[in-house]
Amino acid sequence: MTGESTTSQKSALLVLGCPQVPVQTSIALYLINRLKKAGILPVVAGNKAANTLLVVADTDRHYLGEVMDLDRAVALISDKKRDFDLCFVFIHNDAGVSYAATMGAISKAKLYALVYGEHYDDQVKKIDFSCTTIAAKAVHNPLPLKKALDEVKPWDA
Amino acid sequence: MGCVESMNYEIVLRDATFKESRDYIKTSFREFIDVQPGFKIFDVHVIGLPPIAIGLEGDFVIFPYTKPCHGTFLLRVEDQNEAARLRALKK
Repeated sequence: MTGESTTSQKSALLVLGCPQVPVQTSIALYLINRLKKAGILPVVAGNKAANTLLVVADTDRHYLGEVMDLDRAVALISDKKRDFDLCFVFIHNDAGVSYAATMGAISKAKLYALVYGEHYDDQVKKIDFSCTTIAAKAVHNPLPLKKALDEVKPWDA
Repeated sequence: MGCVESMNYEIVLRDATFKESRDYIKTSFREFIDVQPGFKIFDVHVIGLPPIAIGLEGDFVIFPYTKPCHGTFLLRVEDQNEAARLRALKK
């Protein structure tokens, strides 16, 4: 049971946080592109604002595939109706850590915590569950987080 | 979790961290149960670091509700059947 039940293609869920930190949208599009190039199907789950930022930026859907409401994604995975091979949770606040812990508990996906923002180290300290943490102090400039992501290369996993 | 808006709820704690909400339940309510993330209360799949504490006070259920931009709220909802269902899980 993966992102697309009709294929054996690997899938990845990108769990977006509150879009108040600008790097999220940029890194999400970058990660989606890297995943697609590696043959992994990306699915985005976020609140309305986070999803809309991506959909408007990629009107012709060059990068984006399926986009769903975050609560619906949690419900589908909790109810064992859907799961993914990889899961990336965007974290810059306490709620992000809670969503990552939840994904770690309800999903069989390999979990990545993407931690950023002004106080990223405070959030990293709260992560006491099994996952790969990719962290950088990045608020407006996405390059520190891109560099950290490139070092891990989760699309090659 | 859209159904939360239609519930008759009281906000016990707002814009808290998850840890603050868990500590609040464990120190403020004599009766509580621990559940795992994704556990369904009413139509809400609860979010948080396991274990997630759910408070019980008579017919009231007190549970965390997390939103990406607003942190964790503790909601207090009166529902005799749900309180009874959760109490039965303790046995």
